[in-house]
Amino acid sequence: MGLKGRDIISIRDLSRDEIEEVLKGTRRMIPYADGSKAGHQLEGKLLMLAFLEPSTRTRLSFETAMLRLGGKVASIQDPLSSSVKKGESLHDTIRMLSAYGDAIVLRHPNEGAGRLAAQASEKPVINAGDGAGQHPTQTLLDLATMQEAFGTLSGLRVVLLGDLRYGRTVHSLAHALAVFGAELVLASPPTLQLPEEVREDLDHQGAKVEEVEQLHQAVRDADVLYVTRIQRERFAEEAEYAKVAGSYRVDNALLSGAKSRLIVLHPLPRTTEIAPEVDGSPHAAYFRQAFLGVPTRMALLSLILTGKAA
Amino acid sequence: MRELKITPIKNGTVIDHIGNGLSLEVLRIIGVRDLDKDSTVSVALHVRSQKLGWKDIVKVENMELSPRKVNAIALIAPTASIAIIRDFKVSEKRVVDLPDRIVGVVRCPNPNCITNQKEPIESEFEVARRRPVVLRCTYCERLVDDFLRHLA
Repeated sequence: MGLKGRDIISIRDLSRDEIEEVLKGTRRMIPYADGSKAGHQLEGKLLMLAFLEPSTRTRLSFETAMLRLGGKVASIQDPLSSSVKKGESLHDTIRMLSAYGDAIVLRHPNEGAGRLAAQASEKPVINAGDGAGQHPTQTLLDLATMQEAFGTLSGLRVVLLGDLRYGRTVHSLAHALAVFGAELVLASPPTLQLPEEVREDLDHQGAKVEEVEQLHQAVRDADVLYVTRIQRERFAEEAEYAKVAGSYRVDNALLSGAKSRLIVLHPLPRTTEIAPEVDGSPHAAYFRQAFLGVPTRMALLSLILTGKAA
Repeated sequence: MRELKITPIKNGTVIDHIGNGLSLEVLRIIGVRDLDKDSTVSVALHVRSQKLGWKDIVKVENMELSPRKVNAIALIAPTASIAIIRDFKVSEKRVVDLPDRIVGVVRCPNPNCITNQKEPIESEFEVARRRPVVLRCTYCERLVDDFLRHLA
């Protein structure tokens, strides 16, 4: 066991114990992430950033994590002017990056690119999102936020709300929550329900899964309300989108029936799914969640590059 | 002596106990187009079987199936039995056994999967479940149960 030198491509690559190790490391990294302590854990280490698709948040949080721990980053600045545009295969691009740095972070438009990169690279690869596919560090930071709020993941009642069909990060999250014995409640428009095969996979894991039609019912006894973006482009007609988006809007009226300890999470960026008025409510945890992206990535980088996160 | 519906072959492969109606898919896996031009391929459809009720049989002259192809046949015809014939005699029997990984036989149905781009790699699936068979793409993790429609 141990995460040193490991690729992190899918949340499925991590055992329950390994996920717990990352979550423990995340808690220890918080003072380094908020600047109250100066970190030197990754001095002398160089992280290669290959963001071959636009990303602000994820890229910046990996950079911040590395710099706050005394490490350095080098990156492909603009995929449009790089060799990728000239027709070089991802395989070859990754081979080159792996010769230069100590680890690689990859964001790529095609699903499965992370796995391919891990095969091509001699250094550890972290998948920072491949197309509509896997984004394991997002799942880890989602878990870290729930863990911080409740001290545990097992037995939590988690409502997954919104686009459960195409939002594949939700699939990884559902898988991980099932590993920890959380209860899942699915709330989505009929056209955006969890794909059958993913549902079967959860059943196969022995997960407790419920589907609900009425959101206010689901919210009443939930611990976590995990909201995803409903993507406009998934709808043929604007009116259909407006109807669906309207029926899945989280506002203070909806939350008035919730348990006091309920937290609302969202991977961000949000559009209209969460009303701005919720930001001031004690339930809102999505900005904390965004912050925890940094210590989560610090812990992971530290574990992968040095074998420890302290 | 009972009448033989297909004549014996001197050298080659006999795939027996293929589920009723599945022989054409089996032929696709074998890759009939790649065969020696002078080889005979015989297919018997809808043959009485004590074990299965009805079955299909495929006989291919002058070809011995590679283990990879035997494994792929397991995907489609888990009941099949394979005999390698040398000089009219059964010289070897191969058990059809679904492996944990299937390489190069099925295409990933996800058009955005990295295996469907111009990369120097073969498709690869893990067997996620066995009864009924569900495959998971090693790369994009798409689950596939209608793999008959996606043979490479």
